[in-house]
Amino acid sequence: MAMSDAMTLDDIAARCDALLAAPNAALAAAAPERADELLALGEATLEIWLAAHGITPTVETVEGFRLLALHRQGARGEPSFNACRESCRELVYHHNLVRLDPAHADVARRLRLGAMVARHLMLFIGGKLEVAGLGEFCCAARPLRQREAPAQSTEIV
Amino acid sequence: MSGKYKQVAYYPGCALEGTGHAYDRSTRALGKALGLDLVELKNWNCCGAMEVKNVDPKLQTYLSARNLSIAEDMGLTTVMAPCNGCYHNLKKAEYDLAHDAASREVTDRLSRKAGHKSYVAGKVTTIHALDWIKEAIGEDGLKARVKNSLKGLKVANYYGCMYSRPRHIFPEKDKGPGSEATAKPHFMDDLLAAAGAENVEYPLKTACCGGAHTLSDSDTSTRLVLNLLTTAEACGADVIATECPTCHTGLEMHQVRAEKVFGRKTTVKILYFTQLLGMALGLTARKVGVPENLSDPSELLRARGLG
Repeated sequence: MAMSDAMTLDDIAARCDALLAAPNAALAAAAPERADELLALGEATLEIWLAAHGITPTVETVEGFRLLALHRQGARGEPSFNACRESCRELVYHHNLVRLDPAHADVARRLRLGAMVARHLMLFIGGKLEVAGLGEFCCAARPLRQREAPAQSTEIV
Repeated sequence: MSGKYKQVAYYPGCALEGTGHAYDRSTRALGKALGLDLVELKNWNCCGAMEVKNVDPKLQTYLSARNLSIAEDMGLTTVMAPCNGCYHNLKKAEYDLAHDAASREVTDRLSRKAGHKSYVAGKVTTIHALDWIKEAIGEDGLKARVKNSLKGLKVANYYGCMYSRPRHIFPEKDKGPGSEATAKPHFMDDLLAAAGAENVEYPLKTACCGGAHTLSDSDTSTRLVLNLLTTAEACGADVIATECPTCHTGLEMHQVRAEKVFGRKTTVKILYFTQLLGMALGLTARKVGVPENLSDPSELLRARGLG
């Protein structure tokens, strides 16, 4: 989506904060647009990760969503991306929830929860850009230094 | 009661002897209250937690294999581990021993050197404390035993990462109705609902808490945890229920740190699911180790007639 073109992680954080602070009426009045924005925020976050690794973000979709395609692209050879797979899917879920019933009485809350998920994704990717090993040994069940020391000895015992 | 898992080998792991002691206390108390036998593994060793795999991944496989071998020697076919890290490492060892010849070779060699039988994949089943209660007692069994309903208590269930990731080491999950789901786990939700709790829709139930980097990059961990806490509050939760000592400690510690470092105070309480179930069965807060928790939920529990 076009809005992701020049966004930084700080921009994404600011948009999440703005969505969280917006009055119910304002969110409800533009619910479909805000739902699309949630997806765009997630896409922008993953684009930043891919760009930082010299990868051109895909324009393809998976299950109809570019966000999921971007996640798959980021996860290639990087199993610690498991750690944000569910966040991406939750974002799609909240988008769909709002899109399917934009007049629902609870729509503002649904959008805010979506914004919190978008913020978590941004925090995770931001943290991973600082410390690449985030999610590595827990979600990927891999040693942090596997690449640096591929040939491990077991003779220490 | 199905009879399944009536008696299991209990592997508390190191965390439950330290920061997660309340989880150990409440797990044992819950088992006793439900008439389930926990037989602690004799002379168990550390699973290697997060650290050993950085030194040598196959050594970590051996450490879990040794614990599984002990269970087999004790004549037990199921090991129950309440800690997500221990549970994950036992499952990973099972997977590696079944699929990786080099892991088998190293485990065989180290087992010989240590003077015990080498564990062969498939002899022992590893389960989590959630599987244990779900299978041995079930929702109907719990409902029948509830003395202090958790009615009115709004709970966000946080499963953390190692309970369901990576998916390939949990072949029993994602098998349709009745099985656990890796994308959206529900066993804790099911059990607490049976005890009367009102589970809120929590979109971050398996999201990263930055736990692995809690010391090396504390600010990242604090920001991630703060978002978990504020989201739970936005969902209307009074309590975040946990099923892992690392998650639990991380949430509690960073709740304090978020206030100190970022000036962001949150009030949601953090309790082990075993503590909540224990109190629902009529056990006191003390009996399930609530005073050992860092976040003090006593006011909330009193208001709800619990503990």
